[in-house]
Amino acid sequence: MQLPPFQALVDAHAGDLHRFLVAALGADADDCFQDVMITALRGYPTLRDDRNLRGWLFTIAASRIVDVHRGRARRAAPVAEVPDTSTPTDAAPVDDAELWHAVRRLPPMQRAAVLQRYLLDLPFRDIGAALGCSEAAARQNVRAGLARLRLDPTLVEDDA
Amino acid sequence: MTPTPPTPVDVLRAGPPAEPGAGLEHALERFRRAAQSEGLLDVAWASVDSPVGALVVAATPQGLVCVSWELDDALDELARRVSPRVLEAPARLDGVRRQLDEYFAGRRRRFEVPVDWTLVAGFRREVLQVLSAEVPYGATATYGELARRVGNPRASRAVGSAMATNPLPIVVPCHRVLRAGGSLGNYSGRGGADTKRWLLGFEGAIPAR
Repeated sequence: MQLPPFQALVDAHAGDLHRFLVAALGADADDCFQDVMITALRGYPTLRDDRNLRGWLFTIAASRIVDVHRGRARRAAPVAEVPDTSTPTDAAPVDDAELWHAVRRLPPMQRAAVLQRYLLDLPFRDIGAALGCSEAAARQNVRAGLARLRLDPTLVEDDA
Repeated sequence: MTPTPPTPVDVLRAGPPAEPGAGLEHALERFRRAAQSEGLLDVAWASVDSPVGALVVAATPQGLVCVSWELDDALDELARRVSPRVLEAPARLDGVRRQLDEYFAGRRRRFEVPVDWTLVAGFRREVLQVLSAEVPYGATATYGELARRVGNPRASRAVGSAMATNPLPIVVPCHRVLRAGGSLGNYSGRGGADTKRWLLGFEGAIPAR
């Protein structure tokens, strides 16, 4: 197996990765992008399989997003009553800013699946590959994410 | 008639509003600097415009490793033979880019950059090093003369292959090596013999056309 120059991976996937992280994290996206790209560059020469470089990159991204959230949780000041962000709010998001805010509070797998499906327009097979789950689980995560966003889960098309 | 408002899914497809100062170019520039400071930039490359066509130049931490007219082929070869950590990072090539600009502006007669000879070994490397050291701007040598200078007078064909596979054309001046009898011979860079003739005319080694 011959790895392509890392530049080829940058040219093909860095733009989508950046869009994905901005959508998932907002202001923390740039730091996370650095972290993901440096991790990828460091590990690249020892990669054994070059058939899914995009999936590999997005898998690193998914795990870094979880780290960012752990960091935020640690930084957050303690409050008397912890809001339970794992349950959907009653009302569907009314404007775009609110929708993005809600997206960024989705559980990581659901958020990654929703963004890869719509923002990056990927088929469920590729989403599963990037998230390390089956195609069916990828579809289920998109469905669950939409439900939590109070969007109609029947919007999930069978595939792209 | 009012247009249909975008659905939430349209909003997801369109992506979030841009974060200030968080564009992709800015992020990639930061990444290049981080790669450099973490010691992960095994091969840095940049493009250079020149009168003989657009060139790609590439360097390792040891020095200039490749000059080429063929971007994709050059990057593939570097990934295969040096390291797959190949990244566009023009700042790392500032020295050689400036010297090439000076050369093509007629203000520089020799290149003074550290060279990484990784892509060429053995006899070929030896020939290219002798060529660099002993055939200056404005001069020429024949394949046979160069063979004699490396102490192997019967090796003019091998000298020819060393020129044909020179990984650092222009900087290591294989264009200054001609056939016996004064005909130009081949040139493996883009434009072939025309580029060779242009370079020799530019250096004043043959009458410029």
